Order: sequence, then structure tokens, then C-alpha cells
Amino acid sequence: MAEIRKIATREGFGKTLVELGREHKELVVLDADLAAATKTSVFQKEFPERHIDCGIAEANMAGIGAGLAASGKVPFISSFAMFAAGRAFEQIRNSIAYPHLNVKIGATHGGISVGEDGATHQCNEDFALMRSLPGMTVICPCDEVEACAAVRAAYEYEGPVYLRFGRLAVPVINDRPDYTFTLGKGIVMREGSDLTLIATGLCVNSALEAAEMLEKDGIQAQVINIHTLKPLDEELVVAAAQKTKKIVTVEEHSVIGGLGSAVCECLSEKCPVPVRRIGVKDVFGESGPAAGLLKKYRLDGTGVYEQVKEFWQ
Amino acid sequence: MNKLGLQRTANKVRKGILTAVHAAKAGHPGGSLSAAEIFTYLYFEEMRLRPKEPTWEDRDRFVLSKGHTAPGLYAALAHRGYFPVEDLKTLRQIGSYLQGHPDMKHIPGVDMSSGSLGQGISAAVGMALAAKMDGKNYRVYTLLGDGEIQEGQVWEAAMFAGHRRLDQLVVIVDNNGLQIDGAVEDVCTPYPIDKKFEAFNFHVITVEDGNDFGQLREAFDEARGVKGEPVAIIAKTVKGKGVSFMEGAASWHGKAPNDEEYEAAMAELEKAGEALWQK
Repeated sequence: MAEIRKIATREGFGKTLVELGREHKELVVLDADLAAATKTSVFQKEFPERHIDCGIAEANMAGIGAGLAASGKVPFISSFAMFAAGRAFEQIRNSIAYPHLNVKIGATHGGISVGEDGATHQCNEDFALMRSLPGMTVICPCDEVEACAAVRAAYEYEGPVYLRFGRLAVPVINDRPDYTFTLGKGIVMREGSDLTLIATGLCVNSALEAAEMLEKDGIQAQVINIHTLKPLDEELVVAAAQKTKKIVTVEEHSVIGGLGSAVCECLSEKCPVPVRRIGVKDVFGESGPAAGLLKKYRLDGTGVYEQVKEFWQ
Repeated sequence: MNKLGLQRTANKVRKGILTAVHAAKAGHPGGSLSAAEIFTYLYFEEMRLRPKEPTWEDRDRFVLSKGHTAPGLYAALAHRGYFPVEDLKTLRQIGSYLQGHPDMKHIPGVDMSSGSLGQGISAAVGMALAAKMDGKNYRVYTLLGDGEIQEGQVWEAAMFAGHRRLDQLVVIVDNNGLQIDGAVEDVCTPYPIDKKFEAFNFHVITVEDGNDFGQLREAFDEARGVKGEPVAIIAKTVKGKGVSFMEGAASWHGKAPNDEEYEAAMAELEKAGEALWQK
């Protein structure tokens, strides 16, 4: 078996910004002193005049993004998820979402896989915050291929978009010719009839690994990749509930307010079935290597497999 | 427009403010009245505009960072021809486009939604940055309250504007000295305001009487000549200006006049207006 290529979704973010920058002169990129980490430095290198480092001032960066968008630019503002969705939440709400301005928020370092920096930098709340804003589109790609496609789709869409990328290098699982990204449409990654794992971000790979383990136990798990948390692909989620009667959601985010909540909100009204939400269980993260944390918080393949088995019994 | 014309217009703007806030039974008359001359000067003298083409690409921009004084902005916009003066009476009513705070999606002439203090200045900085990047010569004006500058974001924005030498940006501080909880220097002093903006690499102009058109004209003319730095105009004004019982009273920050108070205020403004028309 060929070795699986691993690359962080933030790399796809930086790379695609450069490609889009070559095509569209109105695209501008803002950062808050984290250009090397968010990968907007790649864009900065090619387009220094269109890369604006705002310094460590995320609230102001969000407002400047709004002003630029109101003047015809297409700004991508970037920081860690904690400081983009968290620190600048109210600026995003009132200066970007309320006037529905065409600002893209490229938030890197989402979830506990930030690793060693620990709880202060591990944002497990951004889906909840961003999903609650009227008119906000929320995207979390599962690998580098999807990240590139998501950045392009976000650019082409007119309106505010929140994109969450990861720090950790993750397996590339969408490197196939027929891969397509459609905003708001989930992707069936694996067919199965016993239950459905609905995952987002790096947990899509964990779900796929768990599905393989489940198969050995005679359980056929369907796996759905929800890259767009909002608007949620309700049609696909309901179809999965009707087909398999049991749903498990998997995300590197609090079980409060993220993908699990979105799926439950949909199914409770349209097709009530038992749902197990796998995620960060209303606790803060901690320091440690990313892989070790994913294992400890049971978000790796084995952790997901074990939790599915608990639910199954 | 000459000084007398501006004074007459400001008188109409004041009546518009009172009428709107009275009809809404809510709103912020104090800070709208203190800035009536500033709104009037900007919309009738200073800014390059096309009221029939509110989103004209090369227009000068205005961001009301102290968004709660929307009645002042709306009254100026209405009298400038952006929408019917009659509509001011629909302020804050269900279904009206005249929202309690500026809403760029629905109000002709409003360049930025605002109201959460400290945020408008950042948007204005973004607009000035866009102008510079595109080599456009439009100017961007933003009006802040002296209480508002207690918000940290104001200084993030000021640091950025100074650093980037955004000389198409004019920050105006309506220094009426009062905020909801009392005098600004008692609540959490922003003074010295001029030295703060100077320290953030602004060219600072202090206007001793920001309710005087002659002094405002001098300040805005000076601002036009400044190159290589953003400008801050610190305009000392009187909160509630033009309605004697509202002047200098923090209690009129966010309270609507009742029917009797409204009639008294309008009578006073009518009288002042008549005096101006006899000149």
C-alpha cells in the first residue's frame, strides 16, 4: 500500500490564496502577526502590496476587513480560530455578518490538534459561535485537497464565510480525479447500512478508520463528510437517518453547538433517530502532542470506534 | 454653502432629530444635537457626494462610529435629499428602514452599519486603506464619541491608521464631555485626547467650539492640506446643543422627550430658526 501523504489544511489555504491572488486583483489578505503560522505568508511573498499585517489586533482586523469589503475588495482575514472567531466575535457579528459583507475569515489552528500550546489556543467553540450568526457560511475541510477547493468556493460565493483549518498534518483522502466540492453539499465517503458516521474536518479520516474497524465486527458504517456546517446538507443528513436509523457525529469541537448540534437540530424536527455526538465533551483542552491529544480525547480512529461500539450496544 | 446657510440647515437638522426621537419615543438626542453642526458641515459642505447615486464609487465616505446618534445622521441625509424628511418619523418603528442604529443594507447614504462602539473607526480605516491601494482620492470621515474612545478597538484602529499614514482619513471626536453614566472624566477619563492621537501619529486639530461653523470650516480646510498622516479633529461641543433644557445634561443622552418637552424644544428651535431666516 502506498504511503499516505500528510499535509495540514492550512497549507492548502495559503497555496490557494496565491492562486486566487493571481486571478483576482481585488483579493486582499489580512493577518494579525501570525502570517507564518496561518500560511498567509505564502501570499505575502508573492503579493506584498496586497497582504496587510494588522499587528496583534484581531478586532481591528475584522473591522478593516469590513471596510475593505464595503469598498469592493474581497478580503480574507486570518488568525487562529481562537482569536478570529473568539476574540473578534462581536466585530464579525456587527461589522461583517449584520451588513452581510463579503469578508472571508480564514481561521487556522482549530480544535485540540493545535497540540502543545494548550487550552488557551485550542478553539473548540468556533463552529458554535459562527453557526449562530445569520447569513454566515461555515466550512471545515477534512484534508488539503478539500481545503484548496473550499477556499476557491468561498471566494466565488458572495457573502461572509468562516473557514476552519488545522495546524496538524493530516492524511490526504480526497486525492482522486472525480472529487468535487459543492458548497452546502455533504459527501458520502463510504456506503453502509447499519449506521452513519457524520464527520467534519480531520475527524472524517478518524470516522473512515473507525468504519473499517467496525466492518471487522460485522457493522456496516456509512461515512459522510460534512465540510459545510452551515448551511447544513439537511437532505443528505435526513436520507442517512432514514436509511441507517442511527447517527453518530464526529468533530474536533465541543459537543455543544457544533456539527453534532446541527445534525440534532435537523433530525429532531425532520427525522428523529438516536444520535451519539462524539467531540470534545464540554471541557477545555490541554498541552501535548496533537496525536496524543486526539487519542486521549478519543477523536482518533480507535477512539471513535470505541465510542461507536458503546453506542451500538 | 455660507455660514448662514449652514446655520439654517443645522436648525432643520435639529428639528429632524427631535421629531424623529419624539415619534420613536426612544433614541439619543443629546449626542445627535451636539454633533448637528458636524453632520451638517460634512453633508452640505465638506463631502463629495451624489445623493441621487448614494453608492457612487468615488464619493467621500462617512462612518458614524458613535452609531447611537443615528437621528442626527438621518436628519442630515434626509435634508440632503437621500430620502424623504417625512420618513424621519418612522425612526425605530417596526418595518421602518430607519433602524435605531445605522444600517447600510437598507438606508440610502449610509456607508457602514454601526452602533457597537469602537467598531466604526476600523471600517473607516479599511475604506481609507482601500482608497490608498486603488489610488483613489476619495476621503473617509468617521465620527466618534468622547466616551466611545474608551473602547480599546479605537486605539487598535488609530495605531494602524497612523502606521499606514492614511491621510485620506479624518477622525472626528465629538467631545461633548458626557456619557451615559456622567462626565467622561469622572467615569474613566479619555483626556488628554489630543495627545493620545498625536502619540498614534495623527495630525491633531482641536476645535474650541465644535458648534461653530467658522471654526469647523477652518479645521476641515486644514485637514485637507495634511499629507502623510491621518487627521484627528477634536471638536469640543455641547451635549444637547440648541435645546436649553437638554444642554449639558447627561440624562438626555438616551431619552426621548415627552409631548410637552417636545413642544417646548420645537418652539425654541422654531424661534432660533426664525431669527436665522431674518438675517
